[in-house]
Amino acid sequence: MPGKPARTRKDAAPFTLKGALRGARMCAPIAASGFAIGLVFGVLARQAGLGAGEAALMSALVFAGAAQFVVMGLWASPVPVATVVLATLIVNLRHLLMGAALAPHFQGLSRLKAYGSAFFMADENWALAMGEFGKGRRDAAFLIGGGLIMCASWTTSTLIGGSLGNAISDPARWGLDFAFTAIFLALLCGMWRGTRDLLPWIVAAAVAVAAERWLPGQWYILLGGLSGSLAGVARRAD
Amino acid sequence: MRIDGQTIIAIVLMALATYATRVGGLWLASRLPLSGRVEAWLGYIPGAILVSLVAPVIVSGGIVEALAALAVVAVALKGGNLLASMLTGVGAVLILRALIG
Repeated sequence: MPGKPARTRKDAAPFTLKGALRGARMCAPIAASGFAIGLVFGVLARQAGLGAGEAALMSALVFAGAAQFVVMGLWASPVPVATVVLATLIVNLRHLLMGAALAPHFQGLSRLKAYGSAFFMADENWALAMGEFGKGRRDAAFLIGGGLIMCASWTTSTLIGGSLGNAISDPARWGLDFAFTAIFLALLCGMWRGTRDLLPWIVAAAVAVAAERWLPGQWYILLGGLSGSLAGVARRAD
Repeated sequence: MRIDGQTIIAIVLMALATYATRVGGLWLASRLPLSGRVEAWLGYIPGAILVSLVAPVIVSGGIVEALAALAVVAVALKGGNLLASMLTGVGAVLILRALIG
């Protein structure tokens, strides 16, 4: 059976300031487009009835753009706390898969480093970090370095957007809605490992497109990721 | 600055729920024995998640998104860096929307 032999890593993953700085530098363009999206989120949050400070607090503590946008659609006075928290949980379930994929690369890290880094795991810096690890650059601090600069940008821009009012209303007008799709696509090009990735990617795409069309909310990311990755291993003969 | 108690409670609970998803998978997977099969599965996750994020946008987006996606892939495959790819995508969407509507 062709494929990567199982690696056993006895040595702990490195975790250096240099790695964190590299993560921050590589994630800087993402943080910049995140800044524009954060402005929009701040405006929306303000319209939904949150104060600028409250919106910024949410961005700093939750730091999950998709969930925050979904929740703004549900926000009301009084706040439907259970609904909001459940929606957050559901939208963020994909993090379970992403965190699982990090585990082999976080081997040997202290709990503080591993679970501290996990707080700052977002789609983009996670995807970049997985690309790095795949190329043999093992420094695990990459993730938190990228996450910190993204979180700082996200929180600051939320605060500004919440204070500005309606200056920016429609990111689609500026093509910004496509920024993250472009980033994910470019990262995908670097993740192609050969024909063994063909079937899992096709399965993921088909399931995600179908789920996005027929299921409410963000289930499509989790379902596509799960079915695609399982299709990859299922094909391996027992 | 107006601070509302119930809002703060909602935000803190949202943060806890989100953090649970961020550490949950890592915690579970670091307790799994890393057999060849498990490690292979974990290795398939990044590509599958990224495909799932991107495919619905392109499929349901129409001609503008499809052409912009092609431009991004061309730049990325030519060795362009992430910033170049992103700017290509945003620029392509901006121009194509102006042209095609």
